[in-house]
Amino acid sequence: MAKITFDGIEVEVPDGTTILNAARQIGGSIVPPAMCYYTPLKGSGGKCRACLVRVAAGSTKDPRPMPKLVASCVTPVQDGMVVENTKSEQVLDVRKGIVEMLLINHPLDCPVCDQAGECDLQNFAFEHGVSTTRYQEERRTFEKIDIGPLIQLHMTRCILCYRCVYTADQIAKGDRVHGVLGRGDAAEIGTYIENIIDNDFSGNVIDVCPVGALTDKTFRFKQRVWFTKPVNAHRDCPKCAGNVTLWYKGKDVLRVTARKNEYGEVNEWICNECRFDKKETADWTIEGPAHIDRSSVISANHYELPVLNQSVIADLPESTQRDLEKNPPLKLG
Amino acid sequence: MGRKLLTEHINVEGIDTLEVYRKHGGYRSVEKALKTMTPDEVVEEVKKSGLRGRGGAGFPTGMKWSFLAKPEGVPRYLVCNADESEPGTFKDRQLMSKLPHLLVEGMITSSYALGANTSYIYIRGELLYVLRILEKAIAEAYAAGFLGKNILGSGYDLDLHVHPGGGAYICGEETALLESLEGKRGNPRNKPPFPAVQGLYARPTVVNNVESIAAVVPIINDGGEEYAKIGVGRSTGTKLFSACGHLNKPGIYEIELGLPVEEFIYSDEYCGGIWKGRDLKAVVAGGSSVPILPKDLILKTAAGEQRLMTYESLSDGGFVTGTMLGSGGFIAMDETTCIVRNTWSFSRFYHHESCGQCSPCREGTGWLEKVLHRLEHGHGHMEDIDLLVSVAKQIEGNTICPLGEAAAWPVAAAVRHFRDEFEWHVTHAKEAAQPGAVYQSKSVLV
Repeated sequence: MAKITFDGIEVEVPDGTTILNAARQIGGSIVPPAMCYYTPLKGSGGKCRACLVRVAAGSTKDPRPMPKLVASCVTPVQDGMVVENTKSEQVLDVRKGIVEMLLINHPLDCPVCDQAGECDLQNFAFEHGVSTTRYQEERRTFEKIDIGPLIQLHMTRCILCYRCVYTADQIAKGDRVHGVLGRGDAAEIGTYIENIIDNDFSGNVIDVCPVGALTDKTFRFKQRVWFTKPVNAHRDCPKCAGNVTLWYKGKDVLRVTARKNEYGEVNEWICNECRFDKKETADWTIEGPAHIDRSSVISANHYELPVLNQSVIADLPESTQRDLEKNPPLKLG
Repeated sequence: MGRKLLTEHINVEGIDTLEVYRKHGGYRSVEKALKTMTPDEVVEEVKKSGLRGRGGAGFPTGMKWSFLAKPEGVPRYLVCNADESEPGTFKDRQLMSKLPHLLVEGMITSSYALGANTSYIYIRGELLYVLRILEKAIAEAYAAGFLGKNILGSGYDLDLHVHPGGGAYICGEETALLESLEGKRGNPRNKPPFPAVQGLYARPTVVNNVESIAAVVPIINDGGEEYAKIGVGRSTGTKLFSACGHLNKPGIYEIELGLPVEEFIYSDEYCGGIWKGRDLKAVVAGGSSVPILPKDLILKTAAGEQRLMTYESLSDGGFVTGTMLGSGGFIAMDETTCIVRNTWSFSRFYHHESCGQCSPCREGTGWLEKVLHRLEHGHGHMEDIDLLVSVAKQIEGNTICPLGEAAAWPVAAAVRHFRDEFEWHVTHAKEAAQPGAVYQSKSVLV
């Protein structure tokens, strides 16, 4: 076991745990954002640099600070480590810079993007970025690739987190051709994802994508996500666990996704049949409303009142906070 | 004339054959190490020599070797980084093509010291003809019993392979090199784990530059202490410098560390001064990644002392008034050089070579290049100059591998030392956009 101090809070975690996962054990608003790290995918992380933190003391044995900021998602803890995240001006400044870098080539077409409202990049930019840009050059564009009838690829929105590549490799078990083609800001995903498209689990690349680069074609342009209502449901599926979230508009199931935890990570992958073919309420056993955390605008849809929890309420937009004052939240337990 | 430990016989006819190389004292270090020394004694000798990595970072080689994890029953690897592709650096290419046996000999002695039974030379893909030369030398070494099973009856086995890269600068970064060697896309790895613990095929691995490995040969032949006598302070031994740019005699020079920079540039023994009788404007002392310095600062430090060709003296003053020795790619620029254009050219290189894995480097290198392009072609604004500094700062230190820094440092240094030239490109945009237009920078340091 290793004991570390994260933003002044002590936590004890097993050896080999990454700093990010140690912070997640504390929870709340001190957890560093992660755009590329994805717990169930081996090898992910370290790429987006959104989760950089300052290590003020390396360990009890060697209490020197680390010379550079480290990626908390891939750096293992050491006993006696002291980490600064929101307490360090340097970290917050660098994070602003990372938002700027991620956005300079992003099309910012949120008004027509299906991911808007549940987009990690949108949330990240909202929480950490600045409202103006200093970039005045042309944004990069790509040749359009059609990767089949179920999944829509918008390469211009991609932030090259490699999550879909790892999903294709580890979950959908495709014939590995190429993960990422090209180099630098001309790098693109493409043929590799296209090659696994027939696999029963290929739809999961939609759920892992932090931005709107890979979206559900059967849900395309149907509805803004914050107007839909998430409901947990399950069915007896021979291929997968069958635990999903249904997204309702009125009586219609517009979309089926896997269930995500508060960090947007899927723990149970679902098959393409559950995702794309079962869009009737009769196909499912309804469990109840799905809880949406963090700063997503979906949680501001007055649909489900948040559980009384100080850290969640502190993050809520002002409009919701006003509503909450009028209608006090339910007390559970 | 300084002593030449590596290149003494470089111009001997037929030195690339084993026979001639043996006549000039070749493979003595292998015989000495394998017959009279234990591996630890070889490592100790390299430590005593004070040899520092010749690839750019200048990390002590002996110390790097002693960090190698040695778990029981797990193979270890030595990998030679011959992916030399830094603009301005061309020393390894010459060393390998003229003296292939020197590298092979160094690889055998070094592998023995590290207990590696399989070693690799990862060579830049464009140097196909050098690869052929090396393969011929390795075949000769196998035939003579210097490679293979039971070398010289010592019971030590070694296989040596040469592997060509696919044409990417990033594969010169040690972990990207290992990925590429494993047959994967050459993306740098997150560290830790370091290669000394989990390197090639997740086994303990040492990655060394060609020149570092070649330097092991004279160290074992003459002893580490003898080697350490050459040089100044912690910069011991000799170093190859590839001098290029506006010099009378560009080329590769093996110098004893500690030579004054002024002597290196102006002495007839070395570069012979600036061509066409012109004045020196600026120098990039260690390959395109290191900060550029104006004439006044490269010849003398900010404190007014003479600047020497050593790791310490070149980095005197930090990045404010100093630079780095780097890989020894010495680029001299005369008074007709446009610093903005030159910086744009470097920037274009890093934009093209960024692997695109982590966001600050992928997006930032392109941004720097575009802003510099704008400035050079007369479409810049005054704010762009501060923007360059700010973007460089956002990249520096926040990336997975040092390529981000290599892209940011030259830009930041050019603005630091030649700010008035950048400003002139904004105020005299039309003039500056003309081919060959040059402004004579007046400020050294504000």
